[in-house]
Amino acid sequence: MTFETPAHAKPRVAPWYDPRIRGFAVQAILFVILAYVGYVVVTNTATNMVRRGIPLGFDFWNKSAGFDIDLTLINFSAVSSYGQAFWVGLLNTLLVAAIGVVLATLLGFTIGVARLSKNFMVAKLATVYVETLRNIPLLLQLLFWYNAVLKPLPGPREAIALGGGIFLHNRGLTLPAPQFGAGSQYVVAALALAIVGALAYRGWARSVQRTTGVQKPVALVALLLVVVVPLAAFFAAGRPINFDYPQLRGFNFVGGQRILPELIALVLGLTLYTATFIAEIVRAGILSVSKGQSEAAAALGLRPPQILKLVVLPQAMRVIIPPLTNQYLNLTKNSSLAVFIGYPDLVQVFAGTVLNQTGAAVQIIAITMAVYLAISLVTSLGMGLYNRRMVLRER
Amino acid sequence: MTDETVSSDPFYLRRQSTPSQPPPVLSRGVPAFVRGRLFPNLLSGGLTLLTLAFVVWVLPGVVRFLFLDAVWSAPNGAACRLPGTGACWAFVAQKLDYLIYASYPRPATWRVNLTLAVGSVLILWLLWPGAPRKGWGALLFFVAFPVLTFVLLHGLPALGLTVIDTDLWGGIFVSLLVALVGIVFSLPAGVLLALGRRSQLPVVKFFAVVFIEFVRGVPLITVLFMANFMLPLFVPDNWSPDRLLRPLIGVALFASAYMAEVVRGGLQAMPKGQFEGAMALGLGYWNMMRLVILPQALTIVIPGIVNTFIGLFKDTTLVAVVGIFDFLRTVDTAGLDPEWAGPTTTTTGYIFAAAFYWVFCFGMSRYSLMMERRLSLGRR
Repeated sequence: MTFETPAHAKPRVAPWYDPRIRGFAVQAILFVILAYVGYVVVTNTATNMVRRGIPLGFDFWNKSAGFDIDLTLINFSAVSSYGQAFWVGLLNTLLVAAIGVVLATLLGFTIGVARLSKNFMVAKLATVYVETLRNIPLLLQLLFWYNAVLKPLPGPREAIALGGGIFLHNRGLTLPAPQFGAGSQYVVAALALAIVGALAYRGWARSVQRTTGVQKPVALVALLLVVVVPLAAFFAAGRPINFDYPQLRGFNFVGGQRILPELIALVLGLTLYTATFIAEIVRAGILSVSKGQSEAAAALGLRPPQILKLVVLPQAMRVIIPPLTNQYLNLTKNSSLAVFIGYPDLVQVFAGTVLNQTGAAVQIIAITMAVYLAISLVTSLGMGLYNRRMVLRER
Repeated sequence: MTDETVSSDPFYLRRQSTPSQPPPVLSRGVPAFVRGRLFPNLLSGGLTLLTLAFVVWVLPGVVRFLFLDAVWSAPNGAACRLPGTGACWAFVAQKLDYLIYASYPRPATWRVNLTLAVGSVLILWLLWPGAPRKGWGALLFFVAFPVLTFVLLHGLPALGLTVIDTDLWGGIFVSLLVALVGIVFSLPAGVLLALGRRSQLPVVKFFAVVFIEFVRGVPLITVLFMANFMLPLFVPDNWSPDRLLRPLIGVALFASAYMAEVVRGGLQAMPKGQFEGAMALGLGYWNMMRLVILPQALTIVIPGIVNTFIGLFKDTTLVAVVGIFDFLRTVDTAGLDPEWAGPTTTTTGYIFAAAFYWVFCFGMSRYSLMMERRLSLGRR
């Protein structure tokens, strides 16, 4: 069955006023312009690279790097390849990002809750902290920690002893290093078993509470399990884990584990700076939960810590998580400021040293950007999934 | 019988009235404040004591370092090297000229000052709520002022202004210049990108989304590296951009992606009726945007724009990575002067820089808060 459109209903429009034709034309013109720009850029780059003798392919990836890196999580020496240097840099970036994310989250949540405290001193101190550090560039803070605080420290011979075999000096922080002897795998296995047991106990206690209303001492039992079981295994296996304490020999420490001052400065700067933003996010999230919720919880007889944990925070998290993820991404991207203080992260090692040695600017910057882009995209993808699950279903 | 009624009485019922409670403590004044906000219970009181102890532990040292033990004027660093001295403000005073202009020729510094003065007046005009003729202000700021800045700072022999090579530029004025270029370029570009992202034309939308997400996904440092190393390769050899121009392009592109997301927030907050009303009046796309949507959308995102600008201003410190002498770099360089070498010189320089950035950023964030409050007042 077909309908004949009456001739008088067909609006007579000049083709250049037809929105569809117009839209098509605009897009075609934009596409042609951008394609032309792209073509010009590519040909220019190719000719410029050939003329300046810049390597075109990825041959440099397997060539020997010929430089050393201070902090390597995987095997690396001067004879390793540039490709290996890339992985070292990437792992160092992920290391500092992971430490920073954990510490900034802990500090940020503490400060965010503290800003809302009824206690005048606590709230004011938290406010001063947030308003001061948030408004000073991160780079300036990093340089301050590195150049003005860590570098002027005394040398290893006059190191500041922090107790417990920990020493702070101008070459970093020296800690006792754990030595895992034969049999230590039993201790690790016992720890894993204890954690699984604690989780199982929590699940059982919850089901008991759901059916009978009786509350079990979950925290106490879990703590006991996680502490006592590995300790028992430790003694049963004949104390396989020892600590290697640093000893001062001549001008430097021997033994123990040294943490680079660059890493300390970077973690300190990133944590303190990002925590201010996380604190603001947490504060806004808690304030977004209406007062009636906590009043109703109080009327049900919950105590203030319970109200925060069971009623306010679960609802605040809905508001907190998306911007919080954004801050985690910012922290990861900001870790590239490592290049200013010489921490061997991806940008410093790969887009710095490797680029200068090989001259393969286009390939190296493209790879570096692709890495950060991949981290960002994967995180936003996960964020989208989370949001779809958490979105408030209103009736 | 009576026994039974008593025993069937629920045990939780009171038999006699409770003793009357003590009168409430004063709800105002110092005692109420101390009891309510400092020592309401054991835990909170302990925290109060702890934070007080922290303040008492830290504050005197800071005050002594910054003011009491500080060296306020000295011909060279000898006075700052004495043991026990605090901040070396004499160093900042001596180097202030360098920190503002770096190596810009001294006879020509009036050109920098004039640019800064004109810029401040225009920015005040635009930011002052209720200032008259903001359209003209915007036109001057976004079109005339960049031209004036280029002519004054770079020079134009036809007007008798000698050309000053960008190698000599540096200091506070370059930091402000980078931020200025960022805002002047990123606001129009951000509006276009935001419109592109909200466009119904798939090709336009695709390119806008790809650009915005790409730039927002990578750190500024890599964008600066790209601008520095790859821009000269993108263009024919004799077109190679100036050393200072490259990071400026990088910062401008970076800022416009962030600005685009802020503007998009404003566009999304516009009720559909505004679009439909404008269309019903027969306005085309650009007239609808120019006359109806953007004036409202941009007004509600003023706080967001200011916050983006704060981030941009803090990020200008990163241009040092490609060899630009911004403010922070001049502070670092000034600290290397052997005549002023001393245990507190570096720290003093950093504290001065921190104070500079803090005053700017804190001021702007207060402005943004104020605007937010004003705007929400009208929308309630």
